[in-house]
Amino acid sequence: MVLASGDLIRAHPLYLPTLLLILLGVFTKSAQFPFHFWLPHAMAAPTPVSAYLHSATMVKAGVFLLARLFPALSGTPEWFWIVSLIGMTTLLIGAYIALYKHDLKGLLAYSTISHLGLITLLFGLSTPLGAVAGVFHIINHAIFKASLFMAAGIIDHECGTRDMRKINGLWKYMPHTATLAMVASASMAGVPLFNGFLSKEMFFAESVQVASHHLAGWLLPALVTLGGAFAVAYSIRFIHDVFFNGEPIDLPKTPHEPPRWMKVPVEILVVLCLIVGIAPALSIAPLLEIAARGTLQSTLPEYHLALWHGMNPAVVMSLLAMVGGSLIYLLRRPLFALHDRGLGRLDARALYHGILHGLYALSRSVTQHFDIGSLQRQIFLLLLLALLVIASPWILHEAELTGARSTMELNGFAWVVGTTLILSSLATVLLHRQRFIVFLPLGAVGLMVALIFVGFSAPDLALTQLSVEIVTIVLLLLALYFLPQSSPPEENKARLWRDGILAVFSGAAATLLAWSVLSRPYETISGFFLENSIPGGGGSNVVNVILVDFRGYDTLGEITVLALAALGISALLQGLQLNAPDRDAQQRLWDHDAHPTIMATLSRILLPFALLVAVFILLRGHNQPGGGFIAGLIAVVAIILQYLANGSYWMHQRFKYEVSPLLAWGLGIATLTGVTSAMFRHPFLTSTFSHLHIPGIGEIELASAMAFDLGVFLVVLGSILIILVQLGFLHRANPILGRFEARSWKD
Amino acid sequence: MEGLIALVIGVLTASGVFLVLRAQTFPVVLGLTLLSYAVNLFLFVMGRLAIGVPPVITPNATAYADPLPQALVLTAIVISFGMTAFVIVLSLKARAELGNDHVDGRMEHKESQQ
Repeated sequence: MVLASGDLIRAHPLYLPTLLLILLGVFTKSAQFPFHFWLPHAMAAPTPVSAYLHSATMVKAGVFLLARLFPALSGTPEWFWIVSLIGMTTLLIGAYIALYKHDLKGLLAYSTISHLGLITLLFGLSTPLGAVAGVFHIINHAIFKASLFMAAGIIDHECGTRDMRKINGLWKYMPHTATLAMVASASMAGVPLFNGFLSKEMFFAESVQVASHHLAGWLLPALVTLGGAFAVAYSIRFIHDVFFNGEPIDLPKTPHEPPRWMKVPVEILVVLCLIVGIAPALSIAPLLEIAARGTLQSTLPEYHLALWHGMNPAVVMSLLAMVGGSLIYLLRRPLFALHDRGLGRLDARALYHGILHGLYALSRSVTQHFDIGSLQRQIFLLLLLALLVIASPWILHEAELTGARSTMELNGFAWVVGTTLILSSLATVLLHRQRFIVFLPLGAVGLMVALIFVGFSAPDLALTQLSVEIVTIVLLLLALYFLPQSSPPEENKARLWRDGILAVFSGAAATLLAWSVLSRPYETISGFFLENSIPGGGGSNVVNVILVDFRGYDTLGEITVLALAALGISALLQGLQLNAPDRDAQQRLWDHDAHPTIMATLSRILLPFALLVAVFILLRGHNQPGGGFIAGLIAVVAIILQYLANGSYWMHQRFKYEVSPLLAWGLGIATLTGVTSAMFRHPFLTSTFSHLHIPGIGEIELASAMAFDLGVFLVVLGSILIILVQLGFLHRANPILGRFEARSWKD
Repeated sequence: MEGLIALVIGVLTASGVFLVLRAQTFPVVLGLTLLSYAVNLFLFVMGRLAIGVPPVITPNATAYADPLPQALVLTAIVISFGMTAFVIVLSLKARAELGNDHVDGRMEHKESQQ
């Protein structure tokens, strides 16, 4: 599919970025310049592994991808220039450096880089014949390079070193291995009768073919021939340095022929080199045809695998490369000296590590600049950024502030609620340093928010907000006992101004954003929920049906979060020791009568009624405002009231149950509801319902969502009880207060 | 009406932002509470304002308020409580471990009591 839509891909506006990213992957994987340096350093493995990884599979993965995507991506000028230029550079650099490596494996590694460059260049030429040659060379290179790696391994094994300055004249010691290695090197150099010659010949021919269509037509064949000459030179070096060139120089071991089985793999590969090299049409042709067809995804070009095609430019180039390579090798001493003084000092890896080091240093300095270990500063930057993001549409696009929607008239109720809310909010800021008093405006804010929900048709939200408001205040009161009762004044006046300005701007941005949304008309998707609430979910309270049915999965996630928060808090409070004051902010001792009788008695009477209300709210939640969240909160308030009025000591004697299993029960029931529907081959959490008529009570709806809501109820109840009761027990653990508690009960 | 609600959201945001930027843990918790009010209100009014049309299906109703933001905000209110509880307990823990209630755990001032 992808391969067949090459025209579509090439015409796409994102073609260039796509191409660049894919090529980046190809070039790094297949060790193309400038990412070539990793390959020689990755030759740490034993030679058979190197042979496997670095001649056949791993580095070939990159060029394989190139071959695979050839029909989809090739043929554009971008492809041609990028791929062939990189391939050419890699070919030359690899061949050049290979000549100067004294390490046997180093020479082979750079030679591999050079050959990968050759393959890349072939694909870069974008001709069908080039691609065939590329595929062919992938196969040939794997054969001869693997045998060379293994030969190098044998030499390493026998000599104890791979330094070609020491290894000399091995012909005398291991003629058999030497013959094998020489055959493989000849193939690497592209000598006729060996497989490397065939694909190299195709490569030369193709370069001439393509060059005739482009400017400076002589340059491509010339450079290619130069690369070929270097390949000949390093191949000669491999043969001459290792097997001839005098006597070995203080080798750690005395070399001799290796055991029989060490040579067998090399022998197999070398025989393959010969078979393919001498009789290509009989041996490799069918395999190549399959591979080439798979690569091109279209009809194959005319090509002919044979040793001799007659006198043509490619043969001339081959001859030139051989002669040139021999000359280069003869001149090696002055060339080596020159290299050591000049280019040899350039190490791409050092450069890479230098750049990497610089990047690390840069990121460290950026981090240190922004993260100075201050939450205040972090939050300031975060909010500033958020402000800029919100403000950017108005600044950049000059968006209209006010939309076309007609707005509602103000009414008296709204005036009162709105102004009270604004004043309480400001009072919270002004009074925030007197931490006890600030609860008054804070509570007022919460109640006004609940009233807004009442005013704008959200009874469920109003009920939730009301009950959450109560538990929030209880929570903060419990915690405040262990915190300083007032904040010190801010000493840094500049910070006050800075924060104030940011706050005013944030508020203005929020106002403008809310206004511009509210004054615009909108389309809602809620019609679906309103229509399907009764037929699909069996409930008329759409908000509740959304929570327990349509979006039940979300709710399951949310109650899980709540349960986790409770467990986290429980863990944080474990073994927490805090010093609590025995006097209040005005240095008065706490009242000994912590639990006034009237309040205690009244609250006890209230408990059953409050729990009854909770159950009622839970049951009717599917059809009327209510539901698991609200019922859970009401039950919490009822129980917490007992703790407040009678003390945790008193409660602890009567209410001995572990609360934490409630979490497990709740989550279990909610999940089980979902699993049950899954057992009946419905999607997870699909609900089902029927009506039940009980005389005297009336129609009761039995929906499976009800069980889910029960789970929600239990989790909310359990979580908040765990949080508040554990926090309350901190007080009991406190020696001073614990004494009060115990005494007030005994009294 | 829309303007007043927008103003309310703005004032809540501004108060919340100012308090969140304070140096002690307790005002930060107050600020987070105010900010979550602001956010919840903001989310809620995304369904636009509607009076006297609760999203409870009744035979004679002609219009309903948008139930979707309401469902979102309902859980958001409960989750905000969970967050507030977690943060305040974290601040208790920080006070026990570090001996002060500065958000960065630094002793910049003398504790005002004890």
